[in-house]
Amino acid sequence: MKIAIASGKGGTGKTTLSTNLASLIAESTAVVLTDLDVEEPNSGLFLDGKLIHHEDKFKMIPEWNKTNCTLCGKCQEVCNFNAVMKLGEMILVFPELCHGCYACSELCPENSLPMIPKKMGELKHFKLPNLDFIESKLIIGEEQAVPLIGQTIKYIDDRFTETEFKIFDSPPGTSCPVIEATKDADLILLVTEPTPFGLHDLQLAVETMKELKKAYGVIINRFGIGDTKIEQYCVENNIPIIAKIPNSRKIAELYSAGKLLYNELPEVKIELEKVIKFIQKYQEEIV
Amino acid sequence: MKEIVVISGKGGTGKTSVTASLAFLGGSDLIVADCDVDAADMHLLMKPVNSKKESFFSGVIAKIDQDKCINCGKCADICRWNAIPVIDEKYVVQPLDCEGCGYCALVCPVQAISMNEQNVGEWIISDVRTNTKMVHARLGIGAENSGKLVAKVKNEAKALSDKLGKKFIVVDGSPGIGCPVVSSLSGANLVVLVTEPSVSGIHDVKRVYELVKKFGIKAGCIINKADINLDKVKEIYNFLETENIELISEIPYNENFTKAMTMGKTIVEFDPDGIGEIIKKSWEKIKELAR
Amino acid sequence: MKILLTAKGTEWDSQMDPRFGRTEFFFIYNDETEKVETFDNRAIENEAHGAGPKTAQKMAEFGVNVLITGNGPGGNADTVVRQTGTKVFVGAGSMTVKEAYDAYKKGDLKEA
Repeated sequence: MKIAIASGKGGTGKTTLSTNLASLIAESTAVVLTDLDVEEPNSGLFLDGKLIHHEDKFKMIPEWNKTNCTLCGKCQEVCNFNAVMKLGEMILVFPELCHGCYACSELCPENSLPMIPKKMGELKHFKLPNLDFIESKLIIGEEQAVPLIGQTIKYIDDRFTETEFKIFDSPPGTSCPVIEATKDADLILLVTEPTPFGLHDLQLAVETMKELKKAYGVIINRFGIGDTKIEQYCVENNIPIIAKIPNSRKIAELYSAGKLLYNELPEVKIELEKVIKFIQKYQEEIV
Repeated sequence: MKEIVVISGKGGTGKTSVTASLAFLGGSDLIVADCDVDAADMHLLMKPVNSKKESFFSGVIAKIDQDKCINCGKCADICRWNAIPVIDEKYVVQPLDCEGCGYCALVCPVQAISMNEQNVGEWIISDVRTNTKMVHARLGIGAENSGKLVAKVKNEAKALSDKLGKKFIVVDGSPGIGCPVVSSLSGANLVVLVTEPSVSGIHDVKRVYELVKKFGIKAGCIINKADINLDKVKEIYNFLETENIELISEIPYNENFTKAMTMGKTIVEFDPDGIGEIIKKSWEKIKELAR
Repeated sequence: MKILLTAKGTEWDSQMDPRFGRTEFFFIYNDETEKVETFDNRAIENEAHGAGPKTAQKMAEFGVNVLITGNGPGGNADTVVRQTGTKVFVGAGSMTVKEAYDAYKKGDLKEA
């Protein structure tokens, strides 16, 4: 079963939940956690695993071969992303802008733009007891997160067919990377905080999940700090509130040092157990 | 006129709360621009009214004219995103999967495919309670926050600022390290980095600063929640020193930030003598740095 | 020698546009013929991505020797600008075109 952890707003505690939840599940069941926030992956900062595999991830981009090129400029003309440009007697390719559609390459009358692999990021696979952790990181300047997210999900799909729980830490927001990261998930856990910003961004996230026709529930982080409007909103819209992780300075301190919470804070562990129960119950329902 | 852009890399460091406070302090001296259009929250504190909205179009997606289509399937063959499945014996483009490359339209032998601009949201100019105007945007679901939209918001803010003779534009910058941030940074006079002394806060601010460096823009840094981890604060000091970034201020961990937000206020209004005082000093320093 | 200044208008007293990729106008001064040429680059607003390299390509078509702007071209645009051998001077973002040109002449602008 695939569980995606998402939120409209950044900084609500997605990574905190992902890492703590995965680690707690791993105490009894094998679990794989994947950080799909490839622009700013952070989960790895909280998990001290052994690196067992490391691979570069590539996308296909055109490379100019000047031998037969007649400088006709067709490549530049067909590119919708300004990624190929004729400059004087040269053809320049901007790898970060290229979406890999192959149009310039395949429509070139002289086959002067063969597609070659170009590194866009790297994937690392770490091993902890009962827990596999995978993260991908985009090269700075690379503009498209979606292909790397897609390839990372494929890495999981190919290798973890038997693993019961697959948790995905998604990027924030409601734009394409989030859709790519959540579209295959069976269940989405939306993390929010009880503040006006949290509520506003949760509403956006909920709309996205509705559009994707996904099952979802809400986890309120920093519970007790703001107001009760999130709870009202969830009740009015029949959205299950799965758990409420309390607000405390101690949590902020542990987080800042890259430490997991539930061993030191039983009140957090209780809430994480509620999340696990919710997942198990959902799993029974869909089977 | 000076343009000040506030960014953080990581979410939840207090970027928007700080930006709104600066906007409050600057009052009618400035124009406010919210370029964090993925999760635009600044309006919750600035309370925009009299909004003028305009639709925003960005990117194209393919559409097949079924009357012209001869079902040859060439489009589906070349599509790298498998965005043109056969549904009820017809080739149909799936908008959420279409990348907008236009290759299909080029190979279609009967010109049945058109590439159409998408309405991805709207951009808005409003009056705000700090006796000035704010430019912001709302993005549709699954739409991409592009450099174009951020540039649009900033352009409008600049035009307004010129017209009204303002001294500053204060921009709530985009998250992450992609195209929108690049666009947020373009043309800025000063970047204010809002970070927190946590492993992830430091990791992300370093990554986003790599971009700032490419543009050669002067930067200052506000450390929020500065008392939660003194070792990490030292790490930030080292980073600032190495990169020659000015430390603007340090704000202690304080739940008044949230309390203020809950009341729809900025922290300078809610806690004028405590945190508010630190931010007032920060604003003075920022103005000096931007000069 | 042709000098390109990124500008918000087409006059000597127009404000500079601090942006390179999304600059509104090119103000091109030929200091040998003392002639001014301008180019309206505002269509660049329609590009979601890759505005920088596209503007740089346009600049190359004018065959300029020196570029004066605010923050300097970003990565991709910079690649193009370097290819053309154009010298880049930055830090003129909040001046007028005239002030920027004078500052360049006096050697007050930083070469990037």
